[in-house]
Amino acid sequence: MKSNQQISHERDTPLVNVEVPLVGTRPMSNRALRGIANYGPAFVFLIVVLALWEVIVRGGLISATLLPQPTVIAQALVTHWGDLWVNTMQTLVETVIGLALSVLLGVVLAVLLDSSTWIRRTIYPVLITSQTIPMIALAPLLLIWFGYGLTPKVIVVILYCFFPIAVACADGLLGTDPDLLRLMRSMRATRWQMLWMVRLPNAMPSFFSGLRIAATYSVTGAIFGEYVGAYQGLGIYMENAAHSFAIVLIFDAIVVTALLSLLLFGLVVWIERMALPWYQRSTLGDSRARKTVGA
Amino acid sequence: MTTVESMEPGEMLKRPKLVVRGVSKTYRDGRRLVEALTPIDLTVARGEFVTLIGPSGCGKSTLFNIIAGVDTPGAGVIEIDGRSDVERAGLCGYMLQQPLLLPWRTVEENVMLGLDVRRVPRQQAQQQAHELLKRFGLVEFAQSYPGTLSGGMRQRVALLRTVLFNHDFLLLDEPFGALDALTRLSLQMWLLDLWQSFHSSVLFVTHDVREAILLSDRIYVLSARPARVLRVVQVDLPRPRRQEHLSLPSAVQLEQELLQVLMKEQGA
Repeated sequence: MKSNQQISHERDTPLVNVEVPLVGTRPMSNRALRGIANYGPAFVFLIVVLALWEVIVRGGLISATLLPQPTVIAQALVTHWGDLWVNTMQTLVETVIGLALSVLLGVVLAVLLDSSTWIRRTIYPVLITSQTIPMIALAPLLLIWFGYGLTPKVIVVILYCFFPIAVACADGLLGTDPDLLRLMRSMRATRWQMLWMVRLPNAMPSFFSGLRIAATYSVTGAIFGEYVGAYQGLGIYMENAAHSFAIVLIFDAIVVTALLSLLLFGLVVWIERMALPWYQRSTLGDSRARKTVGA
Repeated sequence: MTTVESMEPGEMLKRPKLVVRGVSKTYRDGRRLVEALTPIDLTVARGEFVTLIGPSGCGKSTLFNIIAGVDTPGAGVIEIDGRSDVERAGLCGYMLQQPLLLPWRTVEENVMLGLDVRRVPRQQAQQQAHELLKRFGLVEFAQSYPGTLSGGMRQRVALLRTVLFNHDFLLLDEPFGALDALTRLSLQMWLLDLWQSFHSSVLFVTHDVREAILLSDRIYVLSARPARVLRVVQVDLPRPRRQEHLSLPSAVQLEQELLQVLMKEQGA
């Protein structure tokens, strides 16, 4: 129970919490409609900002060469789509490979961190130190060591992403109810069975919180890796656009990057929902309880 | 192990299910030594329902952990089926106050947890769990997740999980402590039904004198920490028990007697 509450507390990121009450007994179409309705305010806000932007630039308050208006950005998006698409795919491949390897590395590290105090004391400082390395210093080094190919970008993505996954997953493993472990020991469960049957499933909600953070970092990581040097990708596309003062193209790359990040985030949320159907239901109960307490 | 195999089956049945002899336990809490149990003796006969009752925090849970093989005694001997030389974990069905159901498993999957730990083939385990749920009226919840169940229901599921793991010897540590009075009563009757159909030996912990009288064959009254046995009483009420039996003169007298002992202990 205790750990459950902790987890639901972590879930208080607005984007996700808004969706939680939707999952339940309602029919699909109704659910989808309500989903759109929930994002309504954000959507309206976006439209208003874009409209203001358009009006200000058209009115001549800001020069259109410095800040192209949304309609121009959209037009350029369509005309340069072929080029953008190729570069986006490159970035996507790097991101997905990096993220997948981060999940693997993060979970293995979490299990290692958890397996003995001795290992934790050895590894943990190293992990934290790895997060203090300035990427701006490391990325050129990676370029020198591994060349212009896929490897340095994937490494940058991993460096960005494995840490939140490992920490969240290790927290989840630590958060297992000691009584539950006592029960398992009374059944003569092995260490491995306790990990596999109780502790890892118990760590899953926490793991997904980490993965959601990692997913939002991942695209930026890949782009940073490309920025330093690459044949292809959104990062190098942005750099080239900046060099030739094609400000519109920079904005296009930004739009695509944002969409890509949102897409990955949404994918993670979807996987979580598919993988942990029990968790959605229990948080549904929790959020209702919280509301009644608050009222 | 060899002694058991060489024993006659009849002889084994005559042995008590559990013998606790001179078991004590001392904890180290920082620099302080905390005595949780003074040498304690108790027995549970085969098929007997024995209850421990005592002030809270008197060390009953420590004793249970030791019997369940989760903790080790500081001194003394514990025999289950006459054996004291084997690892005790796995020899009893242990149930704690919290239901401790796994929220990612359905009711049926929770009930079969113990069989999974024992590596019983999936299908066989599923079948056994299903039969048990059917027999004790929970089959309609088989595919529900614990998060959707009421407190009383969760405790029933936890009890069935315990029984399916080992129905021979049950260690129940205040299983109904957190329930409201009505739910508690219906679970008590349900437990008696379960106990009778499996001929289990039960060691039960409670704070509630009436609960102890309603369920048990014998009651051990324990002192405040460090726990020692203050009194052992036989409950001579007819079986199968019914709630009305609590208002029989002998039950009322027993209740008064036990309450007096406990009140004195609480005050001391």
